[in-house]
Amino acid sequence: MENAHAAEHYHAHDEQHTFDRKAIWRTFRILLYITVFELILAIGYYSMTFSNPHLVKHLLNGVFIVLTLAKAFFIIAEFMHLRHEIRNLILSISIPALLFIWFITAFLWDGNSYKNLRNTYDRHYKEHSAEQAPPSKGHGHGEEHGAETQEPGKLH
Amino acid sequence: MAQVATANQNMWSGGKSPYKVEYGKLMMWFFLMSDAFTFGAFLISYGTIRFSTNSWPDPNHVFRSFPIIGEMHIPLAFVSLMTFILIMSSVTMVLAVGSGHEMDRKGVLKWLGWTILGGAAFLGCQAWEWYHLHHQGAWWGHNPFPNIDGSQSSTNFSNFFFTITGFHGFHVLSGVVINIIMFIMTYLNVFDKRGHYLMIEKAGLYWHFVDLVWVFVFTCFYLF
Repeated sequence: MENAHAAEHYHAHDEQHTFDRKAIWRTFRILLYITVFELILAIGYYSMTFSNPHLVKHLLNGVFIVLTLAKAFFIIAEFMHLRHEIRNLILSISIPALLFIWFITAFLWDGNSYKNLRNTYDRHYKEHSAEQAPPSKGHGHGEEHGAETQEPGKLH
Repeated sequence: MAQVATANQNMWSGGKSPYKVEYGKLMMWFFLMSDAFTFGAFLISYGTIRFSTNSWPDPNHVFRSFPIIGEMHIPLAFVSLMTFILIMSSVTMVLAVGSGHEMDRKGVLKWLGWTILGGAAFLGCQAWEWYHLHHQGAWWGHNPFPNIDGSQSSTNFSNFFFTITGFHGFHVLSGVVINIIMFIMTYLNVFDKRGHYLMIEKAGLYWHFVDLVWVFVFTCFYLF
């Protein structure tokens, strides 16, 4: 009962300031520009050749992470309205989400370490992972290879 | 400091709502937190496996088809369209929530209708993409795409791709169903009788979360 009452109270309070449509379209434009910019970067990377492609790819991935986090911020803050809630709610949502920093760091580090260990100590794995795929498998043309030409794929 | 402490004490000592949102909305936030960790676990396991592998298929090569036009030499064109549709439907959802604030039943119906259409269009695009990849021989346990360095790839790529986009697509599907229910309830005047459109806000939170997850799926699978 009390909740329903509280809901109406807050709703009445919200109605005092009208809904800001301009802010929504501004957020939409920001999201659109970021996405288009990401695509330009991705397509640009694939259509150009670099003297050090690995370094460029790493830098590009860093840029993608920053832009993705920016998009996430705008969706949560504006579309989900979290920026306009009170501080207690903002902190209750954002502090647990910070755990992701640790999860991502720890697990990617672990994956990388596993790769290095296998490349160092498992000669079979290292040789096997360098084997070239059969050239007959041209790809991208749907009709040419239905189910019968698939490779079973190898699990390591 | 002392003042802050007093303010906090007052905030949590009863008589006031410490979060100042309605109960259902708060619980939706907490549910979305837990859902975020589920998706996070999926994406982090994908990242771990990718980091532990010497090479990986090239997304630019895998995702370059477009319906009807067929093979395009612009990579990622189709997935950009999907992303645009989803962001657009997020905007129409906010506009539906805004109309709900203003108790504008017709506005809610209009914008919710567009949101449902956007969700359905996204699902249609995803169905086409799955169908196309399946046709190329990719499925759980089957990966026809070689690694970017030309070496033989494992099935990890397609397993993760279908599991994670499938789980996200299932969320989109349930979001569309929720929005359809909201549409019917609005049409039947339920929220006008209740005096507020808070249910639309809760459905909106869920819908934006689906959009939010797609932002991460898009980066992890198509850009990296």
